[in-house]
Amino acid sequence: MSAAEKLDPELESFRAEARAWLSENFPQSLKDFDVVLLGMIGQRPGGDAKLWTDRMGEKGWGTPTWPRQYGGGGLTPAQARVLSQEMNRIGAKNPIGGMGVMMFGPTLLEYGSEEQKKRHAPGIVSGAVRWCQGYSEPNAGSDLAALRTQAVDKGDHYLVNGQKVWTSGAQYADWCFCLVRTDNSKKHEGISFLLIDMKSPGIEVRPIRLISGASPFCETFFTDVKVPKENLMGPLNGGWTIGKRLLQFERAGLGGGAGSAGRGGDVRGVDQIAKDYVGVDETGRIADRDLRARIAQHQMDAKAFGLTVQRAQTEAKSNMGPSATTSIMKNAGSRLQQDRAELLLEIMGHQGLGWEGAGFTREETDTTRAWLGGKAVTIYGGTYEIQNNIIAKRILGLLDHQ
Amino acid sequence: MAVLSEEQSMLRDAAKSWVSGKSPVTALRKLRDSGNPDGFDRAAWREMAEMGWAGIIIPEEYGGSGLGYLTLGLVLEETGRTLTASPLVSTALAATTALLLAGSDAQKKEWLPKIAEGKAIATLAVDEGAHHAPEKIALKAAKSGSGYALSGKKSFVLDGGVADLLIVAARTNGKAGDKTGITLFLVAGNAKGLTREKLKSVDSRGVANLTFDNVEGAVLGSADNGFDVLDATLDRARAGLAAEMLGSATQAFETTLDYLKTRVQFGQVIGTFQALQHRAAKMFTDLELTRSCVEAALSAIDRNANDIPALCSLAKAKASDLAHLVSNEMVQMHGGIGMTDIHDAGLYLKRARAAEASFGGSSYHRDRYARLMGY
Repeated sequence: MSAAEKLDPELESFRAEARAWLSENFPQSLKDFDVVLLGMIGQRPGGDAKLWTDRMGEKGWGTPTWPRQYGGGGLTPAQARVLSQEMNRIGAKNPIGGMGVMMFGPTLLEYGSEEQKKRHAPGIVSGAVRWCQGYSEPNAGSDLAALRTQAVDKGDHYLVNGQKVWTSGAQYADWCFCLVRTDNSKKHEGISFLLIDMKSPGIEVRPIRLISGASPFCETFFTDVKVPKENLMGPLNGGWTIGKRLLQFERAGLGGGAGSAGRGGDVRGVDQIAKDYVGVDETGRIADRDLRARIAQHQMDAKAFGLTVQRAQTEAKSNMGPSATTSIMKNAGSRLQQDRAELLLEIMGHQGLGWEGAGFTREETDTTRAWLGGKAVTIYGGTYEIQNNIIAKRILGLLDHQ
Repeated sequence: MAVLSEEQSMLRDAAKSWVSGKSPVTALRKLRDSGNPDGFDRAAWREMAEMGWAGIIIPEEYGGSGLGYLTLGLVLEETGRTLTASPLVSTALAATTALLLAGSDAQKKEWLPKIAEGKAIATLAVDEGAHHAPEKIALKAAKSGSGYALSGKKSFVLDGGVADLLIVAARTNGKAGDKTGITLFLVAGNAKGLTREKLKSVDSRGVANLTFDNVEGAVLGSADNGFDVLDATLDRARAGLAAEMLGSATQAFETTLDYLKTRVQFGQVIGTFQALQHRAAKMFTDLELTRSCVEAALSAIDRNANDIPALCSLAKAKASDLAHLVSNEMVQMHGGIGMTDIHDAGLYLKRARAAEASFGGSSYHRDRYARLMGY
């Protein structure tokens, strides 16, 4: 919080209002508990988690800056920051999340028709409707625009056939925002942005088992799936621009959180864990000097990243939405997360190499699984290499290989 | 590649062909998914022993072929290519080396022929915590009647859950941290007072934590002066394991290189992109450098040269760094498919970490290298 914000009387009055509302509505049993994580494993919140979700949804504060007319909180960015500070203060986490909030919602507000906003925004705001992303295909990964899932115009509907892969949470999703091919004669200009009800006949979802043992992603098959025409978002064959805009929101979400989110089971600092597993010398230094130097390097990198996040936030205050600099955040943040996991594994030695069962603590096996799962962060949402291409081309102005 | 004798070339070719036919990566997958409690396939191990692999470093008079460590390294490199889980490292390399270096004629006669025939699984039990630290041995061995009684713990013992013979490094004098006062003991796998806890490891191989409660042990070598033999044994195990890691890294690299040549994105194979080409070239460079270190260490052992410790630390550190680089790039360059369990990349990634942790990782060996060099 900057000094200017502290002195702003209007903001301070909002702070008092937020504080009062939170103290009345936040169930103490959910202190430090992340309701959104339930959704990621397919569970609907119950009990206090449901109560908290419903209250925040109704108030619109789960999507604080979204307009009031679609159920959002209608707060200014400054007010949203105050709300976030007040929630942090009491250990209250936002129960409204997922791809609908982070990725689809902001895109819907920018590109959706009035009718589409009215239809789809309230379900995201209340946390009732879960969205998944139908982008990648087996032969369209980094080269996303090579996608081949067809949507053929059949008069009153589109007939969709094809296969998507890495559809996160498809097995639990109610709706899918999907990039489909509506013109075979052009690459980028033949793609449309389609909203597909996951309950439609002809959709088959198969979870993919990852090297970490988890299955957060699916293969999704579309066979003669009928999609009403009103579910086309934006112009026909104009989906690529919308799809890319959504990826900017995704990158902003993925990289920015890497410093704190995306961690394994550990809650202590890397240095503290190292002291426990490796021991200290007579002056209190981590006994393995080689490791100690690399921990210091990592912590400096983490500090630099945190400072950059702060600086970007400060600079973005006057600006709406993410900019091209989000590509820097994703690579820096994901590399940091992977370095941290590698360090932790090395620190834990053999204890960090358990799969499950006796002989390993929960923190240890969680760290192992997070190490493996974290290998995905330089692949999904645009690979490390694609992010570097974007930096080189868009920010540095370097030309394509001719 | 080292210059090989005809016998060595034949053995390597036989290993290459057996591994690709009988023990592809799917064999490890099967082992993992079937929940095999041994951590290796006993039928496959019998075949390996029949081909003479269990007795490669055992002299002919004890039932082996006496071909030496470089030859065993050639076989380990081939089994490493497909991540074959077997007692080669625990039994044919580590435990056999300890018996060869310190065993009495009677001890050798009792165990080496059985090992060479593949009838006995043996292993070395050294570490007691999360990290390799042979100097810090605390497990106590106290005089008891005509022998010794061992009490304490050993952790992450390779094939420790099934071994018929455990070679246990114990403290008969001094305190943890002292190099003197360490003695090696032979302990039967079914000894009274021994509790074995099998662990589910990330690389799906058989490792176990052992608890000793007044377990009877027979001295191997001389009492209180076991550290030098232990250190020499560990060095040979390190060099052999480095050969296995080199094999795994070579295969991981070749699989990735094939993918770079076949995966099409943006209308061209992704191997046309310089960003990937340069990383592939870097991996190839590191593979070649590491091969030199591994072969030098194994040859030095066969010649009983005086720079064995430094070369073994060099080989183990280089092989560990290489294995991490290549297995991580294998996942990254394969993209999403590399993250899936049905692809092999994850298996190489997991094995790289587990193999590094055995007998000391890069950090341990860089420090040891510096100490050996006098700084």
